[in-house]
Amino acid sequence: MAYEHTARAFDGDLQELTRLVAEMGGLAERQIVESADALVRRDVSLASRVVAADGDIDRLQRDLEAHAVLTIARRQPMAVDLRQIVGAMRTATDLERIGDLAKNNAKRAMQLDSDFNPLQLIRGLEHMTDLVATQLKSVLDAYAAHDVPAAMAVWKGDEEVDAICTSLFRELLTYMMEDPRNIGFCIHLMFCAKNIERIGDHATNIAETVVYTVEGQPIADPRPKTDQTAFAAALNK
Amino acid sequence: MSIATAIPSAASGRPQADPAVLRDKVAIRDLEFFYGQSKALNGITLPLYENKVTAFIGPSGCGKSTLLRVLNRMYDLYPNQRAEGQVRFDGMNIVDPGVDLNLLRARIGMVFQKPTPFPMSIYENIAFGIRLYEKLGKRELDARVEQSLRRAALWDEVKDKLNASGLGLSGGQQQRLCIARTVAVRPEVILFDEPCSALDPISTAKIEELIDELKEDYTIVIVTHNMQQAARVSDFTAFMYLGELIEFGPTDRIFTSPSDRRTQDYITGRFG
Repeated sequence: MAYEHTARAFDGDLQELTRLVAEMGGLAERQIVESADALVRRDVSLASRVVAADGDIDRLQRDLEAHAVLTIARRQPMAVDLRQIVGAMRTATDLERIGDLAKNNAKRAMQLDSDFNPLQLIRGLEHMTDLVATQLKSVLDAYAAHDVPAAMAVWKGDEEVDAICTSLFRELLTYMMEDPRNIGFCIHLMFCAKNIERIGDHATNIAETVVYTVEGQPIADPRPKTDQTAFAAALNK
Repeated sequence: MSIATAIPSAASGRPQADPAVLRDKVAIRDLEFFYGQSKALNGITLPLYENKVTAFIGPSGCGKSTLLRVLNRMYDLYPNQRAEGQVRFDGMNIVDPGVDLNLLRARIGMVFQKPTPFPMSIYENIAFGIRLYEKLGKRELDARVEQSLRRAALWDEVKDKLNASGLGLSGGQQQRLCIARTVAVRPEVILFDEPCSALDPISTAKIEELIDELKEDYTIVIVTHNMQQAARVSDFTAFMYLGELIEFGPTDRIFTSPSDRRTQDYITGRFG
């Protein structure tokens, strides 16, 4: 963190973990944006590129874990160093899941063949994606800078994402009731919205990791949770 | 200096030290120590809890060995060294000039960095100390020697050669012999001064296992340069720097999220 270890190679090990998280984070951000583009523009070739690129994130996660395990074995880290390594592993897991969710959205984009394309819904989804992509970018910046206030802002910002998801769900429900032929399409969009909402949850996980890494304590407040879709409620039962 | 005995809520494999049931075995208060004119310990206040392992850590010259040596008045062997303040132990102040040193050292035993067996048989190494304090019959003495060697996890390895010289044992066995010798006079507190620094990893693991068992009956203090060892064997850790106590608290907390910047820098290898 602030200054160097007596054994400087240890700093190199920690920097390598930070670099791998940054690389994974960059890829995950791109996957989110491109999967949403593919969905909005019904771009099947872009969608298939997103599906293929998920392997890169998985590979980076394996590299990061191998490096983290090696660093623990080699350095027997303590205190902030130990938390930093555990934090990198946790963040990598979240980023890997984010990649999977973006891939799932890209697969759904490849299957949308309906002509039905309600602009308002698509805009809602786009807005949600922008918000979540910004959240992820901010939390990755907070991770790199060990910035607790910035991480807390992301953590609190998740409420807005949840709120949009809830309103999208209501809208989709209306379309499905209007015309049963829309159901297939709407179900896909519902899953896409839910996937994006879950990406937001992973961003808040990373925010929690940043706070833990820097302060050595978990966030004390209860987690903000306003996803009140019947869908979410049913899952929580 | 911060004395934080707050217990982290995170569950760990080790039984959590609950302050409600902690009893001071030794209470150090405002302790100062001088080598001639130079002050080596400055206002140390620290409890040593009963049936717990307390580790003293810190860079060379921080005063941790000095503090350990105060606890059984080892410094009395040297001129121009003196301690001021309070080290309460069972109603007496250890640093009081009137304290009976032989009795004190029987009640507060010490195991040194290098194994120091006497040049005599394994049996005599143990029996020698017992005879100084107690008059036991042959059978009782034999029983006490066996019990002490068992307590130090050495019995099975030496039971067939009790008359062989203690110097013929391996380094790890010699150290366990010294522990058996310490245990034989039934102390209440055992001080370990870097007990594993001359031992291989297997012998080290055996000593650590032993410390874990011994704390059921004794209060233990260990000085170690090996941070992982302090993290493994102790319940409480005191970090010292330049003759001062910087931080004292439950080991689980000290090694995962210390409160003082200097503690953090030391245990993560940023200085020292």
